[in-house]
Formats: sequence, structure tokens, C-alpha cells
Amino acid sequence: MRRLTIALPYLWLLALFLVPFIIVLRISLSDPALAIPPYEPIWSKTEGLRDFLSRFDIENFLFLTEDDLYWKAYLSSLKIAFISTLLALLIGFPIAYGLARAPVAWRPLLLMLVILPFWTSFLIRVYAWIGILGTEGYLNQVLLGLGLISAPLQILNTDWAVYIGIVYTYVPFMILPIYATLGRIDAELLEAAEDLGCSRIKAFWLVVVPLSKAGVIGGCFLVFIPAIGEFVIPSLLGGSDTLMIGKVLWEEFFNNRDWPVASAVAVILLLLLIVPIVLFQRNEQRQRDAA
Amino acid sequence: MKTLTTAVLTIFAAQAALAEEVRVYNWSDYIDEELLAKFEEETGIELIYDVFDSNELLETKMLAGGSGYDVVVPTGSFLERQVAAGAFQPLDQAQLPNLGNVWEVVTERTAQYDPENQYSINYMWGTTGLGVNVDKVTEILGEDAPIDSLDLVFDPANMEKLQECGVYFLDAPTELIPAALQYIGEDPNAQDIETIEKAEPVLMAVRPYIEKFHSSEYINALANGEICVAVGWSGDVLQARSRAEEADNGVTIEYHVPKEGALMWFDQMAIPVDAPNPEGAHKFLNFMLDAQNMAAASNYVFYANGNLASQDYLVEDVIDDPAVYPGAEVLENLFTVSAYDARTQRGVTRMWTRIKSGT
Repeated sequence: MRRLTIALPYLWLLALFLVPFIIVLRISLSDPALAIPPYEPIWSKTEGLRDFLSRFDIENFLFLTEDDLYWKAYLSSLKIAFISTLLALLIGFPIAYGLARAPVAWRPLLLMLVILPFWTSFLIRVYAWIGILGTEGYLNQVLLGLGLISAPLQILNTDWAVYIGIVYTYVPFMILPIYATLGRIDAELLEAAEDLGCSRIKAFWLVVVPLSKAGVIGGCFLVFIPAIGEFVIPSLLGGSDTLMIGKVLWEEFFNNRDWPVASAVAVILLLLLIVPIVLFQRNEQRQRDAA
Repeated sequence: MKTLTTAVLTIFAAQAALAEEVRVYNWSDYIDEELLAKFEEETGIELIYDVFDSNELLETKMLAGGSGYDVVVPTGSFLERQVAAGAFQPLDQAQLPNLGNVWEVVTERTAQYDPENQYSINYMWGTTGLGVNVDKVTEILGEDAPIDSLDLVFDPANMEKLQECGVYFLDAPTELIPAALQYIGEDPNAQDIETIEKAEPVLMAVRPYIEKFHSSEYINALANGEICVAVGWSGDVLQARSRAEEADNGVTIEYHVPKEGALMWFDQMAIPVDAPNPEGAHKFLNFMLDAQNMAAASNYVFYANGNLASQDYLVEDVIDDPAVYPGAEVLENLFTVSAYDARTQRGVTRMWTRIKSGT
């Protein structure tokens, strides 16, 4: 029984991560073809290992280095994901803190309010922002009405709208893990800190922040990882010059029908995400062992 | 439990054809829905009708295989490539008694994509041209504004002034690049990347003045006066025209085929090679080939069709409108393009990204 419980998460990883990854990796090593499906498998049952090795190449990966479009798109995605995560943290932490300090009777209702947007389709919520941010949108109408601006602001179809969309969509993923760790902090620790002469602000920095580190890191990962590969938000809210790797991938797959290069882009994206996470985890583990 | 049973039954039905059904995948807003009910009534076949909004999406489903559809409607140049990939089955003419209704003017052009029209039948066709808010454009450019010329959108001097009232372009390299090539006197159907790249400076010069590249939002944007010029598809601009008329908002939209010539495209009905019910698919095609049915479809969506016999049943607003059925002189001036090969397509997509994003 115990073995089964340990095996389950691994089976889960195997079925939902490793197997799809290997399928994508396999396509990334094949050649495009005008066929169904539109690539030539690099390995078929009728071929031996020798045929496979003779045709093996990493041409699709080399192609990605020849055109600076891909690097620009990766870097721009990293930048957008990084800034969005930072903004989500700045907004999410105070909300989570407020939630954790709220009277116990209120908490279920407040938590409910955080989760409530998920009851509406993500797509519809992003579309709603088009109506809010457009030049004829509600935001501009209100600002014009108040006399704060004299001409409508161009927010929709710019990177600003992308940041707003990403932060809005993912901020609950930041709030929930931080709230979970903050909720576990023993209030007596804060009292003890104050008894020992800490100001409230100092106690916050010395006690609350370090103890919520796990939640902050978890929240940052939950925002950063989906944000970097985001496709829907930049294509609906961003301008035609918003460059993100998700859009590039879409173009490779749909416009160029080049499944092998699209797969290579996806493999690199995955490695860019996985490697830092694994290194980070290992470092954490080492620190924990040392302590 | 009931849904599960239905699902199981559907799977069995599809395989054993117990209760017959036909699955059709067509462009959105592209049919009179009464026709769908009429088909079910006449044949007793259950019709499952799904819609898409881009050729790329359809092509990805076709090339992935196992789409489960019996009839799909790609545009000619996309059909051409999918035929080469082996995505469709040849039509069985014996099952299509209404095939005699087709219009040669159209079939001789669609043969470019589908030699001898072996795999496909035309559903609708149209042109890519200029949607113009006449009042706004003449106010800005004067009474002699070139509203029927590509000068309107490819001459930077005009575009610089027009940006004030808003210009949208289709987000479709296979539409805009041929138009730009035609404008500078190159072959719009050029297949070599060196010639194709001559379109780049033309588009780059006007790029700063284009508000957005998008393939459907321009209908509403034109209709409510948010923009004054769009490079778009004939029927879509006509839809914008009728929406503006309905809204009675003082916006007058006109569609113009540029005098330099315009791209003519064809949406073709075809049967996927792995269609679950090819016989039912033929019944649907034959139903759509019926003169009155096809006329009803065109009367509803304001696009021309490839059915000569249907022209007797078309309303005047459709058959007599040169924006829908261009006259012989304009027809002469229209050009068609064929599919790019994979290498050229890559160059074209890359160039389009440069044009749109400046990178």
C-alpha cells in the first residue's frame, strides 16, 4: 500500500509529462512532410537502428539558432513573465496577508471572492478586458468623463494590456499558496518578536516574510510558468508587435505547418523552464539538509 | 449516465451506421440554417454542423487525420496542398446527379487547385478588396480619393492621412502579399521568395499607419465607424455595410474591387479521406448542388456561388450587385494564387512577422 502511494505521483508524472515530452521530442527530430501527419517519423517499425542513426540530426534545433526571431521571442517572453510575476507578487502578497489576518468567520467568504472568477470561462474574462481597455472602452470613457485625460489612452493592443491580462488572470495562483503558508504562522511568534523589542514592521520582515517564503516561491512558479508560454492573452490583448514564444509556436504549427520546428521550439521552452526549477529545488534540498 | 450511454451509442452509430449522420465543418456565418433543417427533413440523416474561422485551423485538423468530419470547406490554395497530402477522397460523380448545375466560369478556375475538380465542388467564392467608409475618406483625401485603387492603401502619402480615421489589414500574408506584388507590377502568384520579398518594402512603407492586422474584427469596426478603411473579403465588407444600414448610424460602407486587379478565392467542399460516412457526404454535396438550395445560401450570406442554375433563383440584391457578382470586365482583372511550398511558406511567414512586428 505504501509503495503504491509513492508510485502514484511517479505514474502521474510518467503518463502526463514524460510520455508527451518524448512524443514532442521525437517529432522535433523528424523532417517535415506533406502528409498525414505532416512529418516523417524518425523511427518506424520496419527500420533498424542503423537507419535511424543514419538519419538522425538536430537540424530543427540548429535552425532555431539561425534566426534571431526565436531568441528575441524567448527573451521577450521571459521579460513579460518576470515583470508579470513581480506585479502579481506585489498585489497578491498584501491580499493574502489581509486574508490571513481577517477574522476567522470572514475567511471562507473572502477566499470565495478570490476563487469566484474561475467560475467564468477564462476566455470570456480576457474578452471582457477588450471591452474595458479599448479606445471606446469603459476605462477611457470614465477617465474622459472625469476630465483626467483629453484623448483616449491607447492601452489595448499594447504590452500594457498584456501585463494587465496576465496579472489579472494569474493573481489568484499567487494569493492561494501565500495565504496557505501565512495561515500556518503561529501568531505567538509575532507577539514574542514584539515582546523582544521588535517594531511591528521589523517583526513582519524578520518573522512573516521568511516563514512565508515557501508560499511566495510556489506562487511565483505558478504565475511565471504559465505566463511564459501564454498565447491567448497576448493574441487577444497584445498588439501585432507583442513578441511572445507562444505566438511564435502557434505560427510554426498552424501557418508553417512545420510540426518538427514547432516541437523543437517547445522542447527548448520546456528545458528553459525545467532546468532552473530543478537546480533551484536541489539547492533548497541542500539547504534543508544542512539545517 | 444518460450522457455516457449517448456517447457510447454515438460511437457505435458512427461505426455501424445504425442511425445515419453526416458531420459538416464549414466557415462560421456562412449558411442559412434553414437549409440544414431542410436537409435532415429530406434525407432523414442527422446533420452535425460545426464551424471554424481560419484555414490554418482546418488544415491542422486535416493533416493530423481522424477529424471525424464528412464534409469540409477549405479555400482553394489550401485545398491544393491538402490534396497533395492525400487528405481527400475523389468524388463519386454517380452519386452527384446535380453536378450538371456547376458554372464553368468557376470550375475552370478551381481546376488550378484541384485538376479536373476531382476532389471538390465550389461552395462560395469572392474577392479581396477595399472596404471604405466613403464620407470619412472623402473628407480626409478629398472628392477624388482613390477609393477604387490600391493607391488608397499602398501609397504612404494617403495612408499617413488615413491613419487618423483608422485602417485595418487582413492578418493573412497569402492575401496581402499578392496584392502588394500586383500593385508594383510583379506577378501576384510569384512562387520564388526573391520576387515575393519585393512586396516587403511596399507593406513596410505603410505599416506605421496600419492600426491593426486582423481577419474578422474589421466587420464591426467598419460598421460602427471606428475605422474608415479595411483591406478585407468582399462578403465581410458587405456584412459591415448591411450592419451599418441596420444600425442607421450614418455610416456608409462601400466595397470596391481595386482597379489594378484583385485576388479571387474559392471555398471548396471536399470529403476527407477518412470520412466516417462518405455516402452521406455525397448526399449533402448533392443537396447543396441543387439550384434552389444554393441560391438560398447565397441570398443569405451575400457571397457568389459556383452554381450556374442557382442564378435564376438569386435575389436582385445579390445577382445584380457587382460587389458580389462582378461584371465581365472586372472578372477579367481578377487573379488567383496557388499554394506556396513548405520552404517558401516559411519565408513568407517570417516576412509577415517582420512586417507585423518590425523584427
